[in-house]
Amino acid sequence: MATQHSRAAARIMMAPAVFLLLVWMLVPLTMTLYFSFKKYLPLRGGDLGWTGFDNYVRFVTSSSFWPSVQTTLVIVGGVLFITVILGIMLAVLLNQPMWGQGIVRILVIAPFFVMPTVSALVWKNMFMDPVNGLFAHLWKFFGAEPVQWLSQASLQSIVMIVSWQWLPFATLILLTAIQSLDREQLEAAEMDGAQPVQRFAFITLPHLGRAITIVILIQTIFLLAIFAEIFVTTGGAFGTRTLTYLIFQRVLESQNVGLGSAGGVYAIILANIVAIFLMRIVGKNLDA
Amino acid sequence: MGHISLNQVTKSFGDVNVIPPLDLEINDGEFVVFVGPSGCGKSTLLRLIAGLEDVTSGHIEIDGKDATEVPPAKRGLAMVFQSYALYPHMSVRKNIAFPLRMAKVDQAEQDRKIEAAAKALNLTDYLDRRPGQLSGGQRQRVAIGRAIVREPAAFLFDEPLSNLDAALRVNMRLEISELHQTLDTTMIYVTHDQVEAMTMADKIVVLRAGNIEQVGSPLELYRAPRNKFVAGFIGSPKMNFLTGATAAAHGAHTIGIRPEHIEISREAGAWKGKVGVSEHLGSDTFFHIPVADAEDTLTVRASGELGLERGEEVFLSPIMEHLHMFDAQGLAVR
Repeated sequence: MATQHSRAAARIMMAPAVFLLLVWMLVPLTMTLYFSFKKYLPLRGGDLGWTGFDNYVRFVTSSSFWPSVQTTLVIVGGVLFITVILGIMLAVLLNQPMWGQGIVRILVIAPFFVMPTVSALVWKNMFMDPVNGLFAHLWKFFGAEPVQWLSQASLQSIVMIVSWQWLPFATLILLTAIQSLDREQLEAAEMDGAQPVQRFAFITLPHLGRAITIVILIQTIFLLAIFAEIFVTTGGAFGTRTLTYLIFQRVLESQNVGLGSAGGVYAIILANIVAIFLMRIVGKNLDA
Repeated sequence: MGHISLNQVTKSFGDVNVIPPLDLEINDGEFVVFVGPSGCGKSTLLRLIAGLEDVTSGHIEIDGKDATEVPPAKRGLAMVFQSYALYPHMSVRKNIAFPLRMAKVDQAEQDRKIEAAAKALNLTDYLDRRPGQLSGGQRQRVAIGRAIVREPAAFLFDEPLSNLDAALRVNMRLEISELHQTLDTTMIYVTHDQVEAMTMADKIVVLRAGNIEQVGSPLELYRAPRNKFVAGFIGSPKMNFLTGATAAAHGAHTIGIRPEHIEISREAGAWKGKVGVSEHLGSDTFFHIPVADAEDTLTVRASGELGLERGEEVFLSPIMEHLHMFDAQGLAVR
């Protein structure tokens, strides 16, 4: 982009993409903001005019608001914790030369290709079902009482399902990062007297810092919005109602578009708070 | 401290035999250079000594103790890698401290050793920087510093200067030689650059395809190469070889003569040729002259300028006492 001419050309060529992005983002955002200040009940009179901050007050004072925020954060935090820890372990493991490496790698990545709805249903019906599920059989085999996963340990079950889905992503990113580690650095550390665990802690882990940051940031974006897994398993019951799910219930089950829109704005604020915290904690890893 | 001996050491990667049975003695305090073309197994040999590769068979002894099965860290050797292998997320101080920290040396002792090493290597001002903020030469010195603080029985250098530019390389060559003088520790140095080998070594080990072709001091190798390979590898520009009738006249299959041992004349001489490309270095001039029976064009060194034009006919005579003779197998005949 050196010359005036090429800069102008670049702007023209980028314009359609920028326009599309703006429309895609701005239109829904503006509409959300617009509806959040309206009393809008599609089946009970439709647009009933402006209400000021009424929706905002109602949404935040509802008894289900804070629990839903908490649930959201627990799920995001739990999944991040599990995927990063297991992801690092799997990446280290998959980086070892072994027989059938290609097939094992594909198998590890496979869960990522399964649609969230499908994987949640598979987990719900084939693993966690208290009568016919694999876990129930396993428990019975050892003479234990089968766990009613989705009602007794609902939040943990959802964290488990979502972690299973996102583990491949973390593993993949961390594996490529591990592969880019200079072998000579590990050998130098070995010569310097570092034991395998120390080599991992002092050389491999710091090298993975940036990749871990990226995994955390990207996953957070998607995890704040998980919906399908909750919808097809618990339907928001048993303390699994996240902020996203609460908004869905306000808009579609209570048919209150205004209230839901206000919730949407809170979701944006929550996402930003989480983002600021994350950038504070891990963002410095992204600087070279 | 620092006597290393290799006994019938071999190394294979799968079916590929990289190093056939090999014996080598490295004496305490010696500066030994492994030199050879790419892929001759010199780095592998160094890594075997370091313990980063397992020997397939044979024994490695360090200071009289069998070290074949000893892990790298316990061998008391320090290695400087080609890529320097500095830890990018640690400051220079922490890089140098790393081996001490692993050995659980106490903090005061660590600081003392780091200060000493930094002073010796002119790194004092850079101790708090990261490797990424240093120049190539400085990184090289950090890598050496990390090796020094361990006070090893021997230093292993794996082509340490190949990533530096020409001027810096000459500097670092001197610095490493000087370091060897001060520390008086065994050093094993791997390079493909015969100039580095000639200038630094007490003892050169010329390798080809895992075999030791010759071991000797730089001048021994220069004066009396054992075979054609060593003759062609040591010395710059490389030795000229002539075969056929010209060689037969001297009673050999091949004769070799170094560029600096040929006299050039306009009037008379043993061989005749026309001047091709000439390289003027000011102090010397190298003429490339095609001559009958020469394997390549003959390279001839002349002091200063002779004023020879391209295409001019000249006569060349080898200085007989410096003529090398080889039989059909390439072995030197004396």
